Amino acid sequence: MSAAVTAHESEAAETHEQRALGFWLYLMGDAVIFALLFATYVIMVNNTDGGPGGKALFNLRNAGIETALLLVSSTTFGFASLCTRTGNRGAVLFWLLVTFVLGAGFVFLELREFAGMIRAGAGPDRSGFLSAFFTLVGTHGLHVSMGLTWILILSGQVMMKGLSVPVTSRLFRLGLFWHFLDIAWVGIFSIVYLPGLL
Amino acid sequence: MENHKSEHGLSSYLIGFVLAVVLTAIPFYVVITHALPPQRTLLVIGIAAILQILVHLRFFLHLNFTSTPKENLLAIVFTAVLIFIMVGGSFWIMFDLHSRMAI
Amino acid sequence: MFGRLTLEALPLYSAIAAGGAAVTVGGALLVAIAITWLGAWRYLWTDWLTSVDHKRIGIMYIVLALIMLLRGFVDAIMMRAQQAMALNSGGYLPPEHFDQIFSSHGTIMIFFMAMPFMTGLINIIVPLQIGTRDVAFPFLNSLSLWLTAAGAGLVMVSLVIGKFSTAGWTGYPPYSGAEANPGVGVDYWIWAILISGVGSTLSGINFIVTILKRRAPGMTLMRMTPFTWTALCASVLMAFAFPALTVACGLLALDRTFGMHFFTNAHGGNMMNYPNLFWIWGHPEVYILVLPAFGVFSEVVATFSKKRLFGYESLVYATAAIAILSFTVWLHHFFTMGSSANVNAFFGITTMIIAVPTGVKVFNWLLTMYRGRIDFHPSMMWTIGFMITFVIGGMTGVLLAIPPADFLMHNTTFLVAHFHNMIIPGVLFGYLAGYMYWFPKAFGFELNRGWGLASFWCWLIGFYLAFMPLYILGFKGMPRRMEQYNDPSWQPYLMVAAFGAFVVLLGIACMVMQLYVSVRDRRKTADISGDPWEGRTLEWATSSPPPAYNFAILPEVRDREPFLDMKERGVAYQRPAAYENIHMPKNSMVGVAMGAFAFVLGFAMIWHIWWLVAASGLAMWIAMIARSSDDDSEYLVTAAEVKQTEDARYRALATRTATRTGNRK
Repeated sequence: MSAAVTAHESEAAETHEQRALGFWLYLMGDAVIFALLFATYVIMVNNTDGGPGGKALFNLRNAGIETALLLVSSTTFGFASLCTRTGNRGAVLFWLLVTFVLGAGFVFLELREFAGMIRAGAGPDRSGFLSAFFTLVGTHGLHVSMGLTWILILSGQVMMKGLSVPVTSRLFRLGLFWHFLDIAWVGIFSIVYLPGLL
Repeated sequence: MENHKSEHGLSSYLIGFVLAVVLTAIPFYVVITHALPPQRTLLVIGIAAILQILVHLRFFLHLNFTSTPKENLLAIVFTAVLIFIMVGGSFWIMFDLHSRMAI
Repeated sequence: MFGRLTLEALPLYSAIAAGGAAVTVGGALLVAIAITWLGAWRYLWTDWLTSVDHKRIGIMYIVLALIMLLRGFVDAIMMRAQQAMALNSGGYLPPEHFDQIFSSHGTIMIFFMAMPFMTGLINIIVPLQIGTRDVAFPFLNSLSLWLTAAGAGLVMVSLVIGKFSTAGWTGYPPYSGAEANPGVGVDYWIWAILISGVGSTLSGINFIVTILKRRAPGMTLMRMTPFTWTALCASVLMAFAFPALTVACGLLALDRTFGMHFFTNAHGGNMMNYPNLFWIWGHPEVYILVLPAFGVFSEVVATFSKKRLFGYESLVYATAAIAILSFTVWLHHFFTMGSSANVNAFFGITTMIIAVPTGVKVFNWLLTMYRGRIDFHPSMMWTIGFMITFVIGGMTGVLLAIPPADFLMHNTTFLVAHFHNMIIPGVLFGYLAGYMYWFPKAFGFELNRGWGLASFWCWLIGFYLAFMPLYILGFKGMPRRMEQYNDPSWQPYLMVAAFGAFVVLLGIACMVMQLYVSVRDRRKTADISGDPWEGRTLEWATSSPPPAYNFAILPEVRDREPFLDMKERGVAYQRPAAYENIHMPKNSMVGVAMGAFAFVLGFAMIWHIWWLVAASGLAMWIAMIARSSDDDSEYLVTAAEVKQTEDARYRALATRTATRTGNRK
């Protein structure tokens, strides 16, 4: 009987490893997508068609706050990950909530920035540069929004099913996703905002 | 044993956070104060970004040469090589075309 | 309410278009009626459509591929007929229609014939060859199938509602942009590709994890079969190249739908970035298609030479080298776009280098045959035909790799001849060889040899007749994709080419006859032992078809040819002492559902029916969330049930007679 139990456990561990590798491979493919969007942005950074460029449009304070929000949220998700190991349901939910609030703040600021630019006639249909900007930064923002949805769904699962093996396995993959998005953001402020304001 | 593991984990996130803050502050500072000429500034931004990405990989994603499965390491190295080829190749092609065809 | 969809979308503007629509709708109705008449809806749903069994999914992929082969071939015959007649005349196809046909021909053959055929073969065979019960992500496998089907569905629907793209299978802007092409055609193309592309990316990830993590005990990487090695390399290419296609077509979609300026003429667009992005995907794609075909040839040549494959290690390294190098050559598809000599030279050199490892492989196959006892099974014939014909195409490729030469031949029929000379003998012959080789494993009876050989000869002769003239025409200056022409010296060649297409049609007819005769005679050619060709690799150790769980006890592997090794040690059909419970994944309707929603989403995007976009998008989301919250996705096959199945197999093995009637030579 116990042999069957450990066999089942090792099967579960194998499943987790396979899913982690599968998800990691998906992230690598996502990295290629982002890399090509970055490349397209750099290729088109001067294609402003006589319209506004980064200097006129980007706000360093806004970008700085967004950076801080995402970086702190990465750390707080790390705390949530640590709490899954101790089996403390409440702590996990707390840190997931903090991560969610920080991430939502990021998305709010980004939407506000986009809305402002569109109102000023600098939307994605104004020039090649702006198409590239909105698509690169917007794709990242869309990913963050998907991550926020995922945090909500997993929080629900934690509440209803507790920190079971499938649930913690899913939280692990969400963590990979969330940290990956912070890495992509490092690329964004380094390639889009900071050079744009030089 | 469990405690030791979680402490080890916690310190990983805290060290990573502090390093990331420093590696973010430096490029932001250089841009805000215009302390360096543009070329140098770009270099600082670039190096800080690469270092910060490595910090994230090590301290948040816990990538290392001992506990990370080798398939995952191979995947990220392969991806890095591919990105270098695709992005580098694209830049070479498109900037060459730009100089020859004014587009 | 219906976006830009109106009754004008119906193809009543031309008899030929109406005919195409009628055949499509009629064909679909016929299939529905047949299933109803057989009372098979429930069976189809529970045993096939909702299956997550890699063997069933693989078969469905191949069914899709063979149907789309017919559809894509109709396009080919129509083009050959038009070009044979259209000297100083409009022929029978107006330019707009001809343009849709060459666009859909390429799109269908690459995305909906070759990719599904390959994915299907890998699906059926690789888990068996590595000694595991299923792929790593069975549900994702089902989802990939239905996303591919959704893409194919969109292409088929374009025959009935609206039109297809006239921008070729590559869709270059600014012609494919909203200003020059505001209609639905290019959008049909974009969404068919984007949706099926997601399916292919997921399949790539699925197979990588399966092959790396689920091999039987003792099967080291260097003990894997050549087909599995090529499947692994092709899967790596799938996972890493398709993101580039997503970006290229995605940005084009943004331009067309939201008025962005990635590739437009005005407002700072850079149209040259599109071919750059597209071919970053496009070149690895052709290696995705051809590497598994090379894997099939490696298996077939060993089995039907009754000899160990020559130079296994060099084959593995050559495959890996091809895979990596395939990411370094993409500019050779647009040498003429205006790059400087240095850029062109670099990519020309890498293109020539990539031919070398394939040459290594040809020698390995030849040396495997040398001093073997050759059985001229149709699969072996496809292999021999491939070796001769593909090498010719390869040489024309090396010629095209020289940029100054390419300046003369780019976009002429020389190029068309070259790539068909790679894909037909390389990819298609490989998959047909695999189809005829592994058919007994999938269905439990053999395909008729005689009709297989007839099909091979028709395809081979038809291919040479259809494409060798195109090389000459390319040298004479004939551009590709021409709806009519005024140089009379071209017409004789085009008539020969049209005749060649007709001979290929006979080859396809032979394949249909082969199926009919084989099904009719299936009891006579039943594969009782599961090993009809004295195979050497693990898939032949199972029954034909294998049970859902593949292996009752996972095999222990000690050799690169594990089944031959087991036979030599006398343990090949050894009855195990006891059986265990086996966990298998349950069927799921979510894959089918998500595929259906993806189809609707694509259709709605094409016709600008925004409320439907939102609704189908939301439905996909909900389905995905529901599925990912499901922790009860397995069922148990008890040890007793396993014993029942296995006992039946051993009984059948015992009653098998030494000689069989059937189609042995």
